This record gives sequence, C-alpha cells and structure tokens, in this order.
Amino acid sequence: MSQPLTQARSDAAPLAGMDDPLLDVSNIEVIYNHVILVLKGVSLKVPKGGITALLGGNGAGKTTTLKAISALLHSERGEVTKGRVSYRGETVHNSDPADLVRKGVIQVMEGRHCFEHLTVEENLLTGFYTRKASKAEMNADLEKVYSYFPRLKERRKSQAGYTSGGEQQMCAIGRAMMAKPETILLDEPSMGLAPQLVEEIFGIVKELNEREGVTFLLAEQNTNVALRFAHYGYILESGRVVMDGPAAELRENPDVKEFYLGMSDEGRKSFRDVRSYRRRKRWLS
Amino acid sequence: MPDQVLFAMEVTLNGLMAGVLYSLVALGFVLIFKASGIFNYAQGVMALFAAATLVGIMDGQVPFSHLINAIFGTDLHHFGWHVPALLAIVLTVGVMIVLAWLVQKLVMRHLVNQEPIILFMATIGLAYFLEGLSDLMWGSSIKTLDVGLPQGINDTIDRVTFDAFGYGFFIDNLDIVAAIIAALLVIALMAFNQYTKEGRALRAVADDHQAALSVGISLNFIWVLVWSLAGFVALVAGMMWGAKSGVQFSLSLIALKALPVLMLGGFTSIPGAIVGGLIIGVGEKLFEFLIGPMVGGATENWFAYVLALLFLVFRPQGLFGEKIIERV
Ligand SMILES: Nc1ncnc2c1ncn2[C@@H]1O[C@H](COP(=O)(O)OP(=O)(O)O)[C@@H](O)[C@H]1O
Ligand SMILES: [Mg+2]
Repeated sequence: MSQPLTQARSDAAPLAGMDDPLLDVSNIEVIYNHVILVLKGVSLKVPKGGITALLGGNGAGKTTTLKAISALLHSERGEVTKGRVSYRGETVHNSDPADLVRKGVIQVMEGRHCFEHLTVEENLLTGFYTRKASKAEMNADLEKVYSYFPRLKERRKSQAGYTSGGEQQMCAIGRAMMAKPETILLDEPSMGLAPQLVEEIFGIVKELNEREGVTFLLAEQNTNVALRFAHYGYILESGRVVMDGPAAELRENPDVKEFYLGMSDEGRKSFRDVRSYRRRKRWLS
Repeated sequence: MPDQVLFAMEVTLNGLMAGVLYSLVALGFVLIFKASGIFNYAQGVMALFAAATLVGIMDGQVPFSHLINAIFGTDLHHFGWHVPALLAIVLTVGVMIVLAWLVQKLVMRHLVNQEPIILFMATIGLAYFLEGLSDLMWGSSIKTLDVGLPQGINDTIDRVTFDAFGYGFFIDNLDIVAAIIAALLVIALMAFNQYTKEGRALRAVADDHQAALSVGISLNFIWVLVWSLAGFVALVAGMMWGAKSGVQFSLSLIALKALPVLMLGGFTSIPGAIVGGLIIGVGEKLFEFLIGPMVGGATENWFAYVLALLFLVFRPQGLFGEKIIERV
C-alpha cells in the first residue's frame, strides 16, 4: 500500500478508526475471464462512520474494486486471485452477495440499475428482501427513505424505468437503505446528472452518513465533488492505488489539483505526464 | 336464433376451453423465460414426465422396474398398492420440485452468463434426457390417467341451452373442469407474482440479474423457484391432456402448440400467454367451422402457425410483449 501523504489530522473524527477499519482491502489482485488482470494489488481501509472516496479516471478499476468487496465479481467472471478483503475482521471476498448484504454491506451499482418494470416503491421493497423484520418495520423504513427522498414518494407508483436519472439514482440509494446497511458501496452517483442534482445527491449521502451513521465507500470520477464530501480519498490508476490521504489535503495537493481537478495553468495534462508523476512519486516515497 | 350463430357459439365455447389449456402450457414457458432468459425446450417433455410420474405413483408402479429387474434378475413391477389421486398429485409436485433443484444444481448453475443459444441447447439436451428418464422410470407404454375428473357431455349445459335456444350445446365436462383449474392456477400465479415477496424478487431478477444480486436476492433460489413453478404448471397441463387423450409421447408435443401462443402473446407476458392461448383456441375452432369446409378442412393443424407467422411479420413483440423502456 502506498503511504499516506501526511498523517491524518486529529480533527477529522472518522479518520480515527483507520487503525481498526470496518472494511480492509489488502493487496488484492483481480482477474477477469482468467486472463485479464485488472487490479494489481489494491489496498485500502474504510473506517466506520466515514465517507471514503475512491477516485480515478475511466477504467482505473474503481468498479472492479467495489465489486470485489461486494462479491459481485463472480457473476461477471471476475476473481480475486490474491490478497484479502475483510469486513469486521472476517474474510469476505469468497462469500456470496446475499451474505454480504446480511452482514451490512450493500452496493449501489454504477448506472443505477433500478428494476425498470417495477414501481419505485416495489424497487425500494426489494431492498428489504434479506431482512427478517416485521411488516410494520418495513413500512417505517419505507417512510424513512421517503423522508430523505420526498421525490420518490411522489413517484412511488411510477415504473422506475420511466423516472428521471436523478430519481433513479435516489431510488437505487433508497433501495440500498431498505437493507439497513452499515456500509454502502456507492459507484459513480454523479454519472450523467446535472451539477445541481449531483450536489443534492451528495448532500443526502452526507446526511445519511451523519444522521444514520452509514459508512460510505464512494467511487467517483468527479474528483472535485467527491473530495468536498469525503473524509479520506484514494486515487486509483490502472489498477493500483497511486496516492491517498485525508480529503482536505488531497484537495490542496498540487498534483491532484493538476491532474484531477484540472486547476493547473496549462490545463489537464496527458496520461503520459501522469505516468511521469507516478515515477516521480515512487522516487520520493 | 339462426342455427349458424348457435353452432358458432358452441364452437367458440369449445375453443375457449381448449385455449385455456394452451395458455397453461405457454405460461410454463413464460415463467422460465422471464426470470432467466431461457427458452425451455423441455417444457412439453416436463408435462409428459409429470403425467407419467403421476400415473406411476397412483398405480403403485415400481420406478425403474425394468432396470432393476434386468440387473438383479428380480420380477418387480408393482408395490401392490394404489395411491389416492390427491396424495399422488402432492407427491408428483414434490418430484417436480426435486427435478427443478437438480436441473439448477447440475445444469443451469454452470451456465450462468452464457449466451441464450447455449442455454437453449442445454434445455434440448434436458428434453431428451427427461424423455428417456420418463421411459426408464415408468415404461413407455400408453397409460390412462384417471384422477377422478368428470368425463362426458355436460347435461346441464345441454339442457339449459336446449330450453333457451332449442339447441343443446355439447360441452365436455373435462374441458370445463380443465378450464376452471387452469383459470384458478393462472390467477394464483399472477397474485403470487404481484403481491408476494418472492414474486417481487422474481420480477426483479427478470428485469436485472446484477441488481437483484446486489440487493441480496439469490439467483439460485429464484431459478429453482421458477423451474418448480414451471414443473407444477407442466403437471397440471399434463394431467388435463393426459386425462383427455392418455399419457404417451405425443403429450410432449403440446409444447408445439404453445409456440404460436407465445408469438401472439409475447414471451415475457403472463396476460399475453393467457389471451394468446384463448385467441388461438377460439381462432382455430372458428376458422375450422367457418372457413374449413371451403378449403377441405383440417385447418386446425396449421391455423395457429400461420397466425403466428403473420404476427412475426407485423408485430414481432406480440400483443403484450413488454415494451423495452428506453430512457436514461
Ligand atoms: N467483466 C469484465 N471483463 C473483462 N474486463 C473488464 C470487465 N469489467 C471491467 N473490465 C476492465 O477492467 C478495467 C477496469 O474497469 P472498471 O473497474 O470498470 O473501472 P472504473 O470503474 O474505474 O471505470 C477496464 O480496463 C475494463 O475494461
Ligand atoms: Mg466504474
């Protein structure tokens, strides 16, 4: 694992749990179809109660990392061939997704993946599938989801396939909430949404984190927004973590500014430069 | 009322009765296709297998008796008891559930994520396997199935219609019972699909496997469930057809009649399977009655397929095929 750029600051409360993380991904390698090596030793820690961002461009391996954690890789013929994913100290990368949902880890997939022909409310109810709770509890949880997403309540009887992109994203997050998860793996919630909606959705993620105590591991290409809401960030490139640190520091880091926030004078640099940066960083560390 | 109209009414009624059975067979296909994208070629053979198993259990036949006798030199054929119809039906349902579980465990589970054509081929293999298994377990002779369903012309309908129109309708009791049972089964399946947690999970899987997995729905369980339901539907269909015309190989060909029904109704729609079955049932009987004499009869053999062909050309998604929602 690459070294944090600096020590975690003491005022960032959720970072205190880094020594005893809820979720610990340690040096995993993932291969698709027995031949395509995608993750080449990724390590990251997700402390309880925090929002951890997993950043990186298209194809960096963010989705693959999340799926390795949620055990959704098997159904895509992907396999964790090295390393270990542990949740609360238990090895989980060989279990099945339903087990993980019962343990409290649920993934909201990239591209929302609502059940198109089910109504919004039925979509939410599918999130309740693994739970053994009473009907009264189910309705109470449904109301809670509606209190975070009033828009879903208005559209509860509509087929999810006919709702807008933002509503579908809310539906997918709400559906995950119905499983009463401890940790949500949220894959690219901002994808294809207008900036205003992105703000709204990240705002709700923050609220869920603060008020319901849900831990988030958030994969994003939108570095700017993600680093504003997250506590800690990892930057992934071609299947490797190349940098990590508290979000506030990543935001101020000149390299991140240059390569991911597009704030350099010369504009965004090419991949070549990123590579030379990486070489430079390896020399330094 | 003129005779022609009365005849046509009687023919329509008979067509409806036959149509309900077509719907039932088609429903077996739709259930599996919707949830797993598998076109189950073995559906007809499953009906045959279910009916043969039902007869075998009722008659107290020793399963695999030929095999056992050949290996051990014994002369076993019957246990010497008779099992009441209702109990035998329950046992057969059990056999169909075990079969569903085995199909999932031994075949389909290993083919997850394969092309639809590969899954289809697997079901062709399954069809031949089941056909052989059915012969091996229960013998290949033609069996009569008598689960105590009423047979013969319904006198009440005959009398009532005679009093009303001066012409008594000939409707077979078995058809009436079959139609009622099939209708109840269809209603029960739709209610299950719409209002239970498992039904909702089933529709979720049909919409998006990956997303269903992500919320913790077990695909294995859902697939065993749909194969069991399809097995149950096959049993009911096999029972009706078996009671009507004996349990024999030709029973497995009822699946062929389901194809035009599916093309009409759409492969993914339960209401489509029902309406499609009724249209084909009524259509082929009325066509035979009205047009048949002009073209030398025997139109029932091809009417359904020609109708299906027309649908393929002009409305390939069928009457009720689910619209593909295209919106991001
Ligand atoms: N099912 C798959 N089979 C083979 N290769 C895959 C599969 N899914 C993703 N990949 C490859 O893995 C790499 C990382 O993809 P992904 O994890 O989706 O990245 P990200 O989410 O960061 O955009 C890409 O090069 C992609 O082509
Ligand atoms: Mg991705």
